[in-house]
Amino acid sequence: MATQHSRSAARFMMAPAVILLLGWMLVPLIMTLYFSFKRYLPLRGGDLGWTGFDNYVRFVTSSAFWPSVQATLIIVGGTLLITVIFGVLLGILLNQPMWGQGVVRILVIAPFFVMPTVSALVWKNMFMDPVNGLFAHLWKAVGAQPIEWLSDISLFSIVLIVSWQWLPFATLILLTAIQSLDSEQLEAAEMDGAPVLKRFAYITLPHLSRAITIVILIETIFLLSIFAEIFVTTGGAFGSRTLTYLIFQRVLESQNVGLGSAGGVYAIILANIVAIFLMRIVGKNLDA
Amino acid sequence: MGQIKLEQVTKSFGPVEVIPPLDLTIGDGEFTVFVGPSGCGKSTLLRLIAGLEDITSGTIRIDGQDATNVPPAKRGLAMVFQSYALYPHMSVRKNIAFPMRMAGIPEDEQNRRIEAAATALNLTDYLERRPGQLSGGQRQRVAIGRAIVREPAAFLFDEPLSNLDAALRVGMRLEISELHKRLATTMIYVTHDQVEAMTMADKIVVLQAGVIEQVGSPLELYRAPRNVFVAGFIGSPKMNLLSGPEAEKHGVHTIGIRPEHTAISTESGTWEGTVGVAEHLGSDTFLHVQCPQFAEPLTVRASGEFPVQYGDRIFLTPDPAHLHRFDAAGLRIA
Repeated sequence: MATQHSRSAARFMMAPAVILLLGWMLVPLIMTLYFSFKRYLPLRGGDLGWTGFDNYVRFVTSSAFWPSVQATLIIVGGTLLITVIFGVLLGILLNQPMWGQGVVRILVIAPFFVMPTVSALVWKNMFMDPVNGLFAHLWKAVGAQPIEWLSDISLFSIVLIVSWQWLPFATLILLTAIQSLDSEQLEAAEMDGAPVLKRFAYITLPHLSRAITIVILIETIFLLSIFAEIFVTTGGAFGSRTLTYLIFQRVLESQNVGLGSAGGVYAIILANIVAIFLMRIVGKNLDA
Repeated sequence: MGQIKLEQVTKSFGPVEVIPPLDLTIGDGEFTVFVGPSGCGKSTLLRLIAGLEDITSGTIRIDGQDATNVPPAKRGLAMVFQSYALYPHMSVRKNIAFPMRMAGIPEDEQNRRIEAAATALNLTDYLERRPGQLSGGQRQRVAIGRAIVREPAAFLFDEPLSNLDAALRVGMRLEISELHKRLATTMIYVTHDQVEAMTMADKIVVLQAGVIEQVGSPLELYRAPRNVFVAGFIGSPKMNLLSGPEAEKHGVHTIGIRPEHTAISTESGTWEGTVGVAEHLGSDTFLHVQCPQFAEPLTVRASGEFPVQYGDRIFLTPDPAHLHRFDAAGLRIA
């Protein structure tokens, strides 16, 4: 009954939601663009007028910019590496018939439900604390000098924390992909003389390639913007300052809204490039 | 070479015994068909021979060698699966090459065998395609090609035609039969379709609940079924099995008469009945006749066209030379 009348009625009914969502997106975007062309220092004189592309140039030429991009890439790349590799292994493990499968699966998924701030604090205080942390106790128990995780190997520690949070997501998606693998294919490969590892390399892994692509792209989008984990652990110190964190520091710690906004625009461009890739690949997979 | 011998083979899944002790010899070059209703253990038996399932007890010998604990790849058997089990991310060429690649056969020998198999199976034009771009029959041929290039001691087919439509099934049935004549390799073929069994087999093994009911050539099974189960399973349409007073006239528990061994008349005969559904196939007419003395309607075959209507009176006369007699235990009385 899609008559002209009901269609315009539907549009009218949907309008409030659409306008709200559009406003929700457009207002911050336009404000970011607006401030990025201004010299705006809230505690040092407020709005000091237009500056053109000055903020953009200053953000990129700052000595903190390239190290922050590097830190971002290390955290995203490291987490992807760990979650995909262990996600595949855990997926295969959880696909084996075993006692208490349902409970184990729920336990594996559990970290995903813990808020980033909470999990980062738990890791910082309970595991990685060089005096009272469990790791410190473990190191002392074998007579070793406890590692100062968050100051000596801060990036690795943050990768570890973030991986712990995202492993369930990767495992879940890869497990469902593994479950959809036709067991006759594996049996055929077994008859064809492929031992376990070759069956994995030639049959299972190619079957998982799409699922792995999805995991990589979705995780990339979320990992580009991780913030809480850095804020509550190192506070951006010890080389763990990512692009997102640099923007935060420019706006709130240096009270330079214009400079931070310019950084924000760079981040939007970066996220959009990734989003385009994601849309194209997801779309292609839906076609097939 | 490809003689396969099962000695006292059993298989249990937990406390459930799927295959009680079973002996079977499959001769070199024989086309053996395992046939039986769903869940009779025929696929399990094939998987035991393939090595995809471990046997619980007993011995499997291939060419006289004990293969009981030999892994599937080392048994020299090739299997064609019901779902074809092609590797979807590889081209047809790579699919066929896969077993040879695993065996480390040199590249030029691989190519030679691929070309030979592709020519034999009409796949030459499709070698660079992916399985997803092929039709059901072509996929089936790729699966067979992948089995051929290994030059196995025996081929195992697990209901390979059940995913094809009826017309294609008849065609592939012929192709597989021709392949067997050309290669003269042992083949074991699992199906639930007795027509496939009758048309293709040198030797049929009829299974029920993991037990071999009868082993023999198609015509042996047709002419002299060893028991009521085989009598009802082999032949299409089914043999009419009658018990009660009519069987007692012959001094046995059950008598069986095939639809094609009953004479039909509109005037006189041994049994009188009314015509139910009539199936006109052109070459034959199958009549379902309800006789008052039997609970089940009888199926009878008339050659060509037979002009009767629903509800007509009809007389049937069984051919005494083709009457099968069975005792109370269901076993054949010669």
